[in-house]
Amino acid sequence: MTSLRYEAPETVEDAVRLLADADGEARALAGGTDLLVQLRTDLVRPGLIVDLKRIPRLMEVSANGAEIRVGAAVSGAVLGKSEAVKAAWPGVVEALELIGSTQIQGRASLGGNLCNGSPAADSVPALIAAGAVCEVAGPGGTREVPVEDVITAPGRLALGPGEIVVSFVMPKPPARSGDAYLRFIPRTEMDIAVVGAGVALTLGEDGVCTHARLGLGAVAPTPLLVEDGAKALIGTKVDDEALAALAAAASAACNPIDDKRGTVEYRVKVAGVLARRAALIALERARSNG
Amino acid sequence: MATATKETGNGNGALKYVGTRPWRPDGVDKVTGRAKFGADISLPGMLVGRVLRSPHAHARIRSIDTSAARALPGVKAIVTRDEMPEVPSQWVPAGEVQVNYRDMSQNVMAREKALYDGHAVAAVAATSAAIARQALDLIEVDYEVLPHVIDVREAMQADAPLLHDDMFTQGVEPAPETPSNVFKKVYFSTGDLEKGFAEADVIVERTFTTKPVHQGYIEPHAVVASAGEDGQCEVWCCTQGQFTVRAYCANLLGIDIGKINVTPSEIGGGFGGKTVVYLEPVALRLSQLAGRPVKIVMSREEVFRASGPTSGGAMTIKMGATRDGRMTAAKAWLAYQAGAFPGSPIQPGCMCVFAPYDIENAEVEGYDVVVNRPKVAAYRAPGAPISEFAAEGVVDELAKKLGIDPAAFRLMNAAKEGTRALYGPKFGPVGCVETLEAARSSEHYRTPLGPNQGRGIATGFWFNIGGESCATINVNEDGTATVIEGNPDIGGSRASIQLQAAEALGIPPERVRPLVADTSSIGYTFLTGGSRVTFATGMAAIEAAGKVVQQLRERAAKIWDIPVDAVEWEDGYARPSGSNAGDFEPMSLAEIAAQAGKTGGPIAATASINAQGAGPGFGTHVCDVEVDRETGRVTILRYTAVQDAGKAVHPSYVEGQIQGGAAQGIGWALNEEYIYDEDGRLENPGFLDYRMPVASDLPMIDAVIVEVPNPNHPYGVRGVGETPIVPPMAAVANAIENATGIRMTDLPMSPPRLLAAMDNGGANGGA
Ligand SMILES: Cc1cc2nc3c(=O)[nH]c(=O)nc-3n(C[C@H](O)[C@H](O)[C@H](O)COP(=O)(O)OP(=O)(O)OC[C@H]3O[C@@H](n4cnc5c(N)ncnc54)[C@H](O)[C@@H]3O)c2cc1C
Repeated sequence: MTSLRYEAPETVEDAVRLLADADGEARALAGGTDLLVQLRTDLVRPGLIVDLKRIPRLMEVSANGAEIRVGAAVSGAVLGKSEAVKAAWPGVVEALELIGSTQIQGRASLGGNLCNGSPAADSVPALIAAGAVCEVAGPGGTREVPVEDVITAPGRLALGPGEIVVSFVMPKPPARSGDAYLRFIPRTEMDIAVVGAGVALTLGEDGVCTHARLGLGAVAPTPLLVEDGAKALIGTKVDDEALAALAAAASAACNPIDDKRGTVEYRVKVAGVLARRAALIALERARSNG
Repeated sequence: MATATKETGNGNGALKYVGTRPWRPDGVDKVTGRAKFGADISLPGMLVGRVLRSPHAHARIRSIDTSAARALPGVKAIVTRDEMPEVPSQWVPAGEVQVNYRDMSQNVMAREKALYDGHAVAAVAATSAAIARQALDLIEVDYEVLPHVIDVREAMQADAPLLHDDMFTQGVEPAPETPSNVFKKVYFSTGDLEKGFAEADVIVERTFTTKPVHQGYIEPHAVVASAGEDGQCEVWCCTQGQFTVRAYCANLLGIDIGKINVTPSEIGGGFGGKTVVYLEPVALRLSQLAGRPVKIVMSREEVFRASGPTSGGAMTIKMGATRDGRMTAAKAWLAYQAGAFPGSPIQPGCMCVFAPYDIENAEVEGYDVVVNRPKVAAYRAPGAPISEFAAEGVVDELAKKLGIDPAAFRLMNAAKEGTRALYGPKFGPVGCVETLEAARSSEHYRTPLGPNQGRGIATGFWFNIGGESCATINVNEDGTATVIEGNPDIGGSRASIQLQAAEALGIPPERVRPLVADTSSIGYTFLTGGSRVTFATGMAAIEAAGKVVQQLRERAAKIWDIPVDAVEWEDGYARPSGSNAGDFEPMSLAEIAAQAGKTGGPIAATASINAQGAGPGFGTHVCDVEVDRETGRVTILRYTAVQDAGKAVHPSYVEGQIQGGAAQGIGWALNEEYIYDEDGRLENPGFLDYRMPVASDLPMIDAVIVEVPNPNHPYGVRGVGETPIVPPMAAVANAIENATGIRMTDLPMSPPRLLAAMDNGGANGGA
């Protein structure tokens, strides 16, 4: 019979050591809304679980100077109460809050959403659009990894043994900035994104777009940063023509598969539709952040 | 019948408790979590059972080696085909469908072949779940994988992989000489079809498909079985029919019926899907071998891979009408998937397809087809939603071509009292016209729509059944009463039986406690299905109450020393009447009950009936949708469901049934489907990807009750549980057509399909 060891360290260093020194398979545990489900259905059978929720750094939200820092294990319910983050990156908060239901919100975290490695994770395209960077701690010390570089293939991460994500760092956006995340699901909740699109943009005083980022989910083996999406908007007034170019760039970036959640044709088309709709919301927000 | 009670016959106006909305007797336990469901039962020494299931859609089982699993410490019993008795083929009626014991036996445990992904091939009982799981890993099954077939039309082809070598289509002349996957052909006709189409000014012909859909009950199948050394067997399980479980276990395992007692737990939904057995005979066999109780609970994945669903279908419908709106001819060709064993609801599908209409010339041809999927089980109004979805689409298109309002067109042709149904009988009083009129005159039907919005209407029919029921009423010494009955309560039937008994006794419902008994404590009662319980078991309760009232009058007569004929029963009181009127103070039921010991002993009565004359149910639904033209998403904006309940005994639970049926039908229409990979493995065995609607997907469904009394029930009751799932698929499809101009003929009308159809300028999304 297999046994399962549970540890709840109180420092990042202890967590890293426990994970790095484990003999068999070891897993970090944040909210458990992915991990516990996978355990119950025999998808994973780890020998060690390291709960990260007792580590203060992973449970804090802070906004100081030019930066916003969100602990990797902060739940959607907690982040949704942070006025500072909501004011700066409403799209990121909304993306995390889309996950699951009220019960799931009490637990689900950005770190877990990213590190589960799903190309359809809802918060990831929004984090990519926001330009978020992960602070990663491991046996060799701490390093920074942009969110778009973390997932390398479905279920595979650019993290080494014993490495964990400690927090997400996002810049404080300048005036006239806005972001938004939209996903398409056949139902209204409790579903997995068929397509997800996050857009962040900044306007100059003249209303011309000076900065933009487009993140897409569920349309390729990993979440994508779409550089051509940014190019479609920067230097424009985000008019219909620019939005059409954005939609085309989004569709062109897709490299999806036909699966039970959607056909290739459908995902490619809807990626463009959602990118445009998300950009319109981001634009509206940027204009009211004068 | 209780001759001296006041409220017999159709004196609906005089009803005191029937038609009110007290708390349901099971409500508090359910919302507090106190209610005991299938998986909540535990016994001392109980073992954990787990089932090994075929990973192949179609495979010959060459051998099963259980030796390594048997050697594992903690494993107490293993069952494979070798431990299950071989059962001969025998068809028996089971309410709305027929069952075959050989097929049932081979469905609960595969014999020569595994016929679908998820088919049980072995089961283990062990001292812990972990050991049971490990034991399953140690069982070696040698499969010869065979070609499989999933689609109903493909399965009908001459070169399709054969599931059963000995299946020769029944109902065709001359009898075929080669076996096929077509189990039987059903045929009905009336009038002269050619003449009918010749009279028509407009003819519409369309081909439709629907996908199998699961009943989606929230509670997975669960059982605890215990076989004693003396051969006495106890079974606790979540089921819609404890007597059915008893009979099936007895037949499959060769046990006397009298040696098995089955106790039904509370049930977390069934919708027809818990009228069959999967785990019960296996758990009982394991218990016989292990000498200890065995519990098996399915995972959600097992529920999807191995239980339910209802059929998917392929249908061609052709209908004609005259310019002035008279339907002159209708023709249907229907093929239903039965799953791995014959027995799809093709017969009721054929009988219902045109039932809402009075059409002189009609012909229906149907086929029951086996495919490599789980054997279908009943699902609310089995068979009817599939064929009526297709017919109601064609009816809508005819109305459009004729330029007649779709509700008015339906009304012009609606079935009414005296209409002869295609399958034979003439309707008595029915509410088809009344539901259509209520829908047409509703505020909803007249409210203007916005851009990209559309409105659809559809009517549906279901027979409803009666059948065998028992009820016992025990009058307690304080004047309360207990009604014991044999129908697991899946839709509020305890409340409706409580109310009917209270009405007949003349005491408030809170003084009548209903109880669902095990098979040894109440007489044979057919399962909860066919919308029969409030009608049939309600009648048994009324009859038992009548017998109790007779005894109460006798006791009062004895106390007063007057003839029993001079005692009348009114409102829960015995009163002297006739020449004795006013001679004595009226005596309440409680006062008579308190003296029962002195006047002849306990007061109790049982009624056992075979209820005839279930009133058919009609419903008409109106649905508004908004279509997102860029994503194909359909939002249900507003939904009104009208239904004839005969008499709504507890209106809240009638509304609940109507709303639930509509909600399930909307899921069937928009998103629910089984997705199989190339090898015939189910890819979406869970609620994440098998997309039933969630609460936020639906508006509040307005339920409108129409009451056209059923003359065969003392209070006018008709069944209500099934009809509401019949109209939604067509109501949604008709609304989408109204919004987009595109007739969707294939379910589900999911966003990718609808978007593809819109992008192709109207061609349908494909099967
Ligand atoms: C009912 C339900 C609905 C859901 N709906 C959605 C939805 O709408 N959208 C969506 O995107 N997801 C959804 N999910 C999935 C899940 O809730 C999210 O992915 C959630 O964000 C996971 O966070 P968690 O904290 O619970 O992660 P956990 O389950 O604790 O962890 C997930 C994985 O990440 C690893 N991990 C966790 N934290 C770290 C860290 N700091 N560093 C390194 N590795 C780490 C774990 O080892 C594990 O492998 C749903 C899940 C359920 C059960």
